[in-house]
Amino acid sequence: MSSVIPFLPLMLGAFAALILRGWTRNIIMLAAPVVGALNLMGLEHGVFWSMEFMGYALEPVKVDKLSMMFGYLFHLAALIAIIYALHVKDTVQHVAGLAYAASAVGAVFAGDLLTLFVFWELLALTSVFLIWARRTDRAYASGMRYLIIQVLSGVLLLAGLLIFAQVNNSLLFTQIGLGHDGIAEIGAWLIFAAFGIKCAFPFVHNWLTDAYPESTPSGTIFLASFTTKVAVYAFARGFPGEEILVWIGVTMACFPIFYAVIENDLRRVLAYSLINQIGFMIVGIGIGTSLALNGAVAHAFNDVIFKGLLMMTMGAVLHMTGKINGSELGGLYKSMPKTTIFCIVGAASISAFPLFSGFVSKSMIMAAAVKEGYDYVWLLLLFAAAGVFHHAGIKIPYFAFFAHDSGIRTTEPPKNMLIAMFLGAVACVILGTFPAQTVYALLPWEHNYEPYDVTHVLTQLQLLFFSALAFVWLNLQRLYPPELPSTNLDADWLYRKLAPKFVTTFGCAIYGTYVKFERSSLALIKRMIRQTYDVEQGQPKGYFARLWPVETMVVWVAVLLSVYLVFYYI
Amino acid sequence: MSDHHDSDGWFDKPENVSKMLKVFYVVCVLLVIADFIVHRHIYHSWENVPAFYAIYGFVGCSILVFVAKWMRTFLMRGEDYYDE
Repeated sequence: MSSVIPFLPLMLGAFAALILRGWTRNIIMLAAPVVGALNLMGLEHGVFWSMEFMGYALEPVKVDKLSMMFGYLFHLAALIAIIYALHVKDTVQHVAGLAYAASAVGAVFAGDLLTLFVFWELLALTSVFLIWARRTDRAYASGMRYLIIQVLSGVLLLAGLLIFAQVNNSLLFTQIGLGHDGIAEIGAWLIFAAFGIKCAFPFVHNWLTDAYPESTPSGTIFLASFTTKVAVYAFARGFPGEEILVWIGVTMACFPIFYAVIENDLRRVLAYSLINQIGFMIVGIGIGTSLALNGAVAHAFNDVIFKGLLMMTMGAVLHMTGKINGSELGGLYKSMPKTTIFCIVGAASISAFPLFSGFVSKSMIMAAAVKEGYDYVWLLLLFAAAGVFHHAGIKIPYFAFFAHDSGIRTTEPPKNMLIAMFLGAVACVILGTFPAQTVYALLPWEHNYEPYDVTHVLTQLQLLFFSALAFVWLNLQRLYPPELPSTNLDADWLYRKLAPKFVTTFGCAIYGTYVKFERSSLALIKRMIRQTYDVEQGQPKGYFARLWPVETMVVWVAVLLSVYLVFYYI
Repeated sequence: MSDHHDSDGWFDKPENVSKMLKVFYVVCVLLVIADFIVHRHIYHSWENVPAFYAIYGFVGCSILVFVAKWMRTFLMRGEDYYDE
């Protein structure tokens, strides 16, 4: 075939963006994802490129339905994000964005763990520049924390894959699973942990909520699209059907919605809801039937588009007003009507309204949970689905565009941003209305799922409308928590407050002890000197110290000889 | 384009908002009525409760908000808590 390595078009685009300026750069950047997607169409399933490295067979490019689905998704997401970022006059963001997208594509086509590791680290190294590109102190510090955690994930992956290479004598990336014996089990858990960090598992999720909202308006669109979805892909390939994932996933689906309700920064609200959506996917992977796995990857596909759309609308608000806190916004529907409509489309999609994209994928996971007898999981997912409508579906549009009038008067964002949001919105509706021709056609596993039936549409509408009714009621009763300028403590408190405090307290204690010890030792030595030296006479007090060394020596030799003599007679 | 309708947006008029809410309430009522007319598939025994999804959505979201509000009492700190 005439196809090239899948990530090459995007990577070359990144290099071209580094050199070119002005409209030539724009054309190349727009062409890169289009050419990349066309290139994918020409790829045949199977190993595209294999080689040998230190006695291990590597397959840097391997094509199957699963990788193909994510490949298409990443090219589509990259195209939308690039259009959204076209007006930005910042080479760093353009180059980093394209290289980041290329790394994501490289990762999902990696047929072996070593190649996966390389792209795993490239994802971290390229994306951190999108955070630093905000060029504030907060963004710098946040990017640093992000990078440390991401690289830690890479190190764990490397350790795990080295153990696997030793035990299995193979580096190929196939199903890993957690049931192993001996040291292989440690390797499997290390890889699991590496994937889990990038997937924002509970307690290691704060890199996401910390860094994404600190990035630039356009940088966040790239960030929200790739890293976590590569991790979801990696779980779908490496750990399908591991039951622990069901429980981790349901935790991820539930706890962030509480944070999202009280969070003030609207992009951070979306970051929490990103974790919530990944939770659904992880549950699907944990259940592991073909319906559940299809649901997980279909939801990943739809999530990239609707979460990107929501992030784009909030980025547009930030870009135009310089503000993103719910407490400072409101009433923007008057000056940004188009952005408002796009935001509502995104909100309807993430909330899984019928005819919008979330509906056709979230329902697969829910159906699989009921079918496999995960009753409480199903009930909790239903709660999370209602909650996501509450915080992402209503709260985001309501506090940004409606609520009380903040008095801010602005205009619609630049044309390219509007076009990108329009494309995202159209994609959400097409994916939700014609799933069989779009996202279902790409699904890797066999299925015959039909999302649109009376029961399903009716129950979903009941769930959503009565969630909205709860919002209306709470608002009218003035029971709804107001948006307040605040920081909410989360697991990152452990390493942003507790650990530094512990280190400073502990360090101070050690240093204090050292200083005390030094001072008392010096005092002791001084006292010894004072006791043994006669300052008035100008000579030591002790008998031996008054003699010359030679004389001292003679005395000791005499003592030695007499002792020897005594021993001789004994 | 934005200046000439400064504070007279459609949602600024209380009568518009109450009109919209009335439509919304009617839709909610219709959805509950539909529950008794339409025969829906039961995948799980809990779904036999009439208007199960409506009740669950309303109660679930109310609990969500109350718990989140309560969480503020021990989680909320100043905006520049981490910058100090």
